[in-house]
Amino acid sequence: MSSCIKLGHLLWYIYNIIVTLTQTCHRSTVHGLFSTHVQSGEGARAVPLAGHVGFDSMPDQLVNKSVNHGFCFNILCVGETGLGKSTLMDTLFNTKFEGEPTQHNQPGVQLKSNTYELQESNVRLKLTVVNTVGFGDQINKEDSYKSIVEFIDTQFEAYLQEELKIKRTLHSYHDTRIHACLYFIAPTGHSLKSLDLVTMKKLDSKVNIIPIIAKSDAISKSELTKFKIKITSELVSNGVQIYQFPTDDETVAEINSTMNGHLPFAVVGSTEEVKIGNKMVKARQYPWGTVQVENENHCDFVKLREMLIRVNMEDLREQTHTRHYELYRRCKLEEMGFKDTDPDCKPFSLQETYEAKRNEFMGDLQKKEEEMRQMFVQRVKEKEAELKEAEKELHEKFDRLKKLHQDEKKKLEDKKKSLDDELNGFKQKKTAAELLQSQAQQAGGSTTLKRDKERKK
Amino acid sequence: MSEVAVPEMMMPPPAMPAAFQVEKPVPGPGMGDFSYVGIDAILEQMRRKAMKQGFELNIMVVGQSGLGKSTLMNTLFKSKVSRKSVQATSQEKIPKTIDIKSVSHDIEEKGVRMKLTVIDTPGFGDQINNENCWQPIMKFINAQYEQYLQEEININRKKRIPDSRVHCCIYFIPPTGHCLRPLDVEFMRRLSKVVNIVPVIAKADTLTLEERDFFKQKIREELRANGIDVYPQKEFDEDAEDRMINDKIREMIPFAVVGSDQEYQVNGRRLLGRKTKWGTIEVENIAHCEFAYLRDLLIRTHMENIKDITSSIHYEVYRVRRLNENNTAIAHANGTGQILS
Repeated sequence: MSSCIKLGHLLWYIYNIIVTLTQTCHRSTVHGLFSTHVQSGEGARAVPLAGHVGFDSMPDQLVNKSVNHGFCFNILCVGETGLGKSTLMDTLFNTKFEGEPTQHNQPGVQLKSNTYELQESNVRLKLTVVNTVGFGDQINKEDSYKSIVEFIDTQFEAYLQEELKIKRTLHSYHDTRIHACLYFIAPTGHSLKSLDLVTMKKLDSKVNIIPIIAKSDAISKSELTKFKIKITSELVSNGVQIYQFPTDDETVAEINSTMNGHLPFAVVGSTEEVKIGNKMVKARQYPWGTVQVENENHCDFVKLREMLIRVNMEDLREQTHTRHYELYRRCKLEEMGFKDTDPDCKPFSLQETYEAKRNEFMGDLQKKEEEMRQMFVQRVKEKEAELKEAEKELHEKFDRLKKLHQDEKKKLEDKKKSLDDELNGFKQKKTAAELLQSQAQQAGGSTTLKRDKERKK
Repeated sequence: MSEVAVPEMMMPPPAMPAAFQVEKPVPGPGMGDFSYVGIDAILEQMRRKAMKQGFELNIMVVGQSGLGKSTLMNTLFKSKVSRKSVQATSQEKIPKTIDIKSVSHDIEEKGVRMKLTVIDTPGFGDQINNENCWQPIMKFINAQYEQYLQEEININRKKRIPDSRVHCCIYFIPPTGHCLRPLDVEFMRRLSKVVNIVPVIAKADTLTLEERDFFKQKIREELRANGIDVYPQKEFDEDAEDRMINDKIREMIPFAVVGSDQEYQVNGRRLLGRKTKWGTIEVENIAHCEFAYLRDLLIRTHMENIKDITSSIHYEVYRVRRLNENNTAIAHANGTGQILS
């Protein structure tokens, strides 16, 4: 009896196992010709395929479209003058880009950007290299980082403007946002300069920073390791976030994580070729030996090229777009006063807020205009009053003077009149006197004759 | 890889980009790849990124009931992505209004993951009075555009905006053999402006080859006469190569398709087909029907192009209209009548 029960249990147990097995089999069942096992995403049902559909050509279609369109990549080189930025760019991209080296007497930091079209097999790349001219040359370097930050912001702003336009052409827009910033550290062998720390701190939230030690043939190997450790510890202690190569994709995770440990890369750049053995290599020749650029024992140039171009170029572009640009966009829009909506109220339109802000602004403007106008009117009134006063005064003065003048005139006339009277009186007296005289003469003539006769007698 | 000669260095004027070509020598046994920069490695990087992210595709099927829409979807994607709305045994139910049912599936092939959404419109053209039957569909399509637009204008927006816009609308023409019905013309005229329409002749096994050609010609004439631009649209051809390829396609639309999800034995092979007393119609045989062309167009060659046209042309048109609408509405509310550019 007990053996029957045991058998029963055993059978039941086996039955359960079979059931669970068939259930699991059923989930990853093979029906039709062949199928693939999938995991379901959120909200979607995973469906096995019973044949070759053909959408595995999608990545190819995407790649073809991009090839037709061309790619663009923008690098910013920040570093003091004379650290070999232009030479490194030439070496990296295997062409001779720019002209003369810059002088050291620039008054401020300027950014010069140059665009080049490179082509390799069927891939067209529009490469823009931006150089900081005059970085670290001034006596007072406090504002050096400002022009760099401004430049980066201008590129973001241009893209944001294009994105917010009503009629926009995003897919044919030439993207000028900086994808990678190569920060050149001077090979002192000691530690980072304070200018470097300040600049990197300001730039780390705006652009992917890849620090490199320039002209590293000036440092010996042991000093180099110490230098690198010092630099990384300083960066960490100051909270500078440099670009970390991504380790989430299995194909490149390994190489990326090893490279992450080699940062900052110690590079040497050279466009001159030297014959070593029986081939020509890019190298710098010294009396005591030759530094080969592409020799991994001599410098990290190959690592830099590998990481920057061959493995992570796409990721750099993506990070710029999804992290740095989004951050800029968010800050800018919040600054302008937009905010996102709560889920329950009506969806907000950017245009509405913009219009509302614009009206507010116009209202302010009008108010200011009114104020100014009133002030102006006031001033005019005051001035008019002043002028009127002055006019009145002048009139009074004129009247006074006129009166004075008349008085004087009157006096003179009186005087003249009295003079005339006198003259008249005098004339009269004169005529009277003459008359008398003539009479007297006549009478006197006879008398004088008589007198004369008497005398003669 | 062919070698490209390196031209002498030119000093370009600052505004114009200089063109340089990088030499790629064949790497010999002892020579490292010395002047090879590695720019074309970006293609591989893009491919990896695409594989990781996966793709999205939203297809809408429109047509009267009984034209085989669900079967065609199942045949296209070789899986049960669409449930037949009319079961063999249950009572036939014609819905009173047009329903829009959207079902998503995750499918994967050779490492490429795709989220396929099939949007079904049961009830289209089934009522007695079919006036304005396109309105719910237009509303749905515009609602998807609206959703995308709202997400795009957000300040805190997601890394990848989920794309629910309808990329392609397959319109099923009943195989009358004569010409397009007024309902077809009206619907296609209105919708060709907002979405990519791919017209297909459904259940084409009822037409002989001559009838089929005649029917297609009539349809093409009518489309032209009414100014309906179906996919691939003439105006969006980018270059001569595109135009050549698309012209060939345009000569073949609408595709006469037959759908089936059952397999039969033909000549020793198992093929999808329809078995009748007078023979077996093989779905993937181009001598029998044009299903293979449709599948190639939709999935294997032009999928990216379809999505591109949807996002850069139809969506932009909607966006411009919407933003301008907002503009004028606000201007009128303010009474200023000033319109921003």
